[in-house]
Amino acid sequence: MSITYRWGMAIDLDRCTGCEACVVACHAENNLPVSTPEQAAKGRTAHWIRVDRYYEGEFPDVKVKYMPVLCQHCDNAPCEPVCPVHATYHNPEGLNVQVYNRCVGTFYCANNCPYTVRYFNWFEPEWPAPLDLQHNPDVAVRMTGVMEKCTFCIQRIKRAKEGAARDGRRLADGDVNPACVQSCPAEAMVFGDLNDPESRVSRLARNGRATRLLEELGTKPKVFYLQKVK
Amino acid sequence: MAPAPELLPYQRIREDLFRPLSRVSRRYVLATVCAFVVGAAGLAAWAYQLRRGMGVTGLQRPVFWGFYIVDFVFWIGISHAGTLISAILRLTDAAWRKPVTRAAEAITVFALMIGGMFPIIHLGRAWLFFWLLPYPNSRLLWPNFRSPLLWDLTAIVTYVTGSIIYLYLPLIPDVAQLAEHNTPWRRKLYRALSLGWTGSDREWHALERAMKLMACIILAVAVSVHTVVAWDFAMAVAPMWHSTIFGPYFVAGAIFSGIAALLIVMSLLRKVLHLETYLTPHHFRNLGKLLLLMSLLWLYFTMSENLTVWYGNEPKEMAVFGARTRAQYAPYFWIMVVLNFVIPFVLLGIRRLRTIANTTIAAVCVVVGMWLERFVIVVPTLANPRLPAAASSYAPTWVEIAITAATFAAMAMLYMIFAKLFPIIAVWEFKPHPPEDE
Repeated sequence: MSITYRWGMAIDLDRCTGCEACVVACHAENNLPVSTPEQAAKGRTAHWIRVDRYYEGEFPDVKVKYMPVLCQHCDNAPCEPVCPVHATYHNPEGLNVQVYNRCVGTFYCANNCPYTVRYFNWFEPEWPAPLDLQHNPDVAVRMTGVMEKCTFCIQRIKRAKEGAARDGRRLADGDVNPACVQSCPAEAMVFGDLNDPESRVSRLARNGRATRLLEELGTKPKVFYLQKVK
Repeated sequence: MAPAPELLPYQRIREDLFRPLSRVSRRYVLATVCAFVVGAAGLAAWAYQLRRGMGVTGLQRPVFWGFYIVDFVFWIGISHAGTLISAILRLTDAAWRKPVTRAAEAITVFALMIGGMFPIIHLGRAWLFFWLLPYPNSRLLWPNFRSPLLWDLTAIVTYVTGSIIYLYLPLIPDVAQLAEHNTPWRRKLYRALSLGWTGSDREWHALERAMKLMACIILAVAVSVHTVVAWDFAMAVAPMWHSTIFGPYFVAGAIFSGIAALLIVMSLLRKVLHLETYLTPHHFRNLGKLLLLMSLLWLYFTMSENLTVWYGNEPKEMAVFGARTRAQYAPYFWIMVVLNFVIPFVLLGIRRLRTIANTTIAAVCVVVGMWLERFVIVVPTLANPRLPAAASSYAPTWVEIAITAATFAAMAMLYMIFAKLFPIIAVWEFKPHPPEDE
C-alpha cells in the first residue's frame, strides 16, 4: 500500500440553510429505520446526521443557526477505548467504524461521545411500505440491541476504491462523496482526503474560518465547520 | 439492661441460635412466597424486554443509562456491608462483632449476586454477555481490557468469589455441628458442606489463618470494586462524571449504604427470629454511631464535589449542576440530602434519640437516600450532554420499575431461605476456647 487515505469533511455553516436534505439522503442510503411519532417524541429517532438548531435573540427578532452534526470521526475518539468487545474501532483510513455483529449494547460508547451522534436500535427496525422496497443492498440492516452511527458512507468509499484499483490509480478528489454531501443543495459540505494537501477539504480545513466542534476536549475530530467569526 | 450475649452459657446459645432452623412459621413461608412472586414478576418483565428490545425501557438518546445502572451501583454498594463490618471488626478483634458478622457477610453475597445481574439485564443483546469474558473463541478476539467495563467485570467476579469464600469459611464449624443431629436431607447437606471438619487443633489453626487472610484480601478487593464502579463514570469525559473524587466518594457511599442495610436486616432478624438477646441495643448503638460517621463523611464528599463545580462555574458542568439542584432533578437531590444527612444526623446525633427503632428509621432513610444519590449522579449528566441541542430527559417505564422491585424481593427471599438453612449468627464464635474444648 502506498499512502492511505484519511477521510475528512468540511461543512460551511454560512452556507447551510437547514433544509435537512442531508438527513433524508442519509436515511435512504444507509437503511436507517423510520420511527413513529411516539418513538420520535421519546428521542428514539436514528439520524446519522442531524441538523441542530440554535436560536439567537428574542422573538420576533430571532436568528436561527443550523449545524449539521454527524459522527466527527475523531482521531482520538472517546467512544473507542470504552467498548469492552472492540465493536467500535479505528480503521486504517481514520474512520471510526462500528462492527454491528460484535456489539452487545453496553451503551458506553454513546455515553462517552461528546457529540451525541451514536444511535441505538431500540426495537427490530421497521419500514412502512413502500420504504421497505428501497433498501440499499450495499448496507447491512442492523438488528435490535446494537449501536450504530455515521460511517462516512464507507460502502461508497469501498466501491470507489475498487473502481480506482481496477484502473490502477489513486482516488482523485471528488471521486467519492457520502450521500449527505452529494445531496446538499447549498453545496455546504465537502468530503475528501485530508492526506492530500491539495484536496478541497484540506484547503478548507486550513481556511481561517475553520473550527472543529468541541476540539478543546482533544478528540481531534475530522469534521471542520466553517463560519465567519464575528 | 440484658447481659452481653458472650456471657450466656454456651449450651443455651447453641439452642437459641439453632432453634430458628428447625421451626418455620406459616407467616414466614408466606412472606418468602410473596417475595418469590414479586421476583418472578421481575423476571417476566425482563423476558418481555429481551423479546421486544430495549425500547420497552424509558431509555432514550442521550440518556442511555437509567434505572438499571442506578440499581447496579446501588446493590454493589449494599454489598459493602459484609466486608467492611466483618473484615474490619475481625481484624481489630472487636468482641461485640460476633452476633453481627454472618448477617453482614450474607448481605454481601446476595447483594452482589443481584447487583451483578444488572450489567447483563442492561445489555442491548443480553444473550451475548459472555463476549465480555476472556475465552478462546471463533471470533479470535479478546475483550478490550482498556474498557472500564472489563475492569468492572473482573473486579466483581473477584469480589463475588472472595465474599462467598469469606462467608463460607466461618460457616464450616457450624455446619459440622449441625450435621450431628438433624433430619436426613439436612444431615446430607451439612455434612457435604462441612468438608469433613472434625474440630482438631490443626483445623482450627488453619481456619483462623484462612479467615485472617481472607479478611485482609477482601478489604482490598472491596475498596477496589467500588472504585472501579465509580470509574465507569469517572473515566468518561461527561460533565460532572469526569471527577477525581469519584473513587473514594463511591467507596464511602457504598459503606454508608451497606451499614444501613445491615441495620435494617438486623432489626428484622431480631424481631422475626427472636434474637433480642443477641442483637442488643449495644450493637445498634455501635453501628448507629458508625452510620452517623459515614453520614458526615458522605456530606463532606457531596459538598466537595458540588461546591467546586458551582464555584468553577464552567458552563457544561453548570448545566448538569443546575439540573441537579435547581431544575428537573432538584426534588431528588434535596430529598437525598434530607434522607442521607438531616434525618440520620438528628436521630443518631442526639444520644437520647439513638434507640433501636430510630436507628432503623435512619437506616431505611439512608438506603432510600443512597439509591437516589446514584440516580442523581447517573441521569442528570446524561440528560445534559455537551451539545445543548441534544439535551433530553428520562423517566422509567413499568419494566424498569418491576425489575427494580424484583431485586428487593429477591434479596428478601434469598435472605429468608438462608436464615432457615444456616444459623444467622455464628454459633462457634461463642464457644469458650474452641481448640481445648475438643
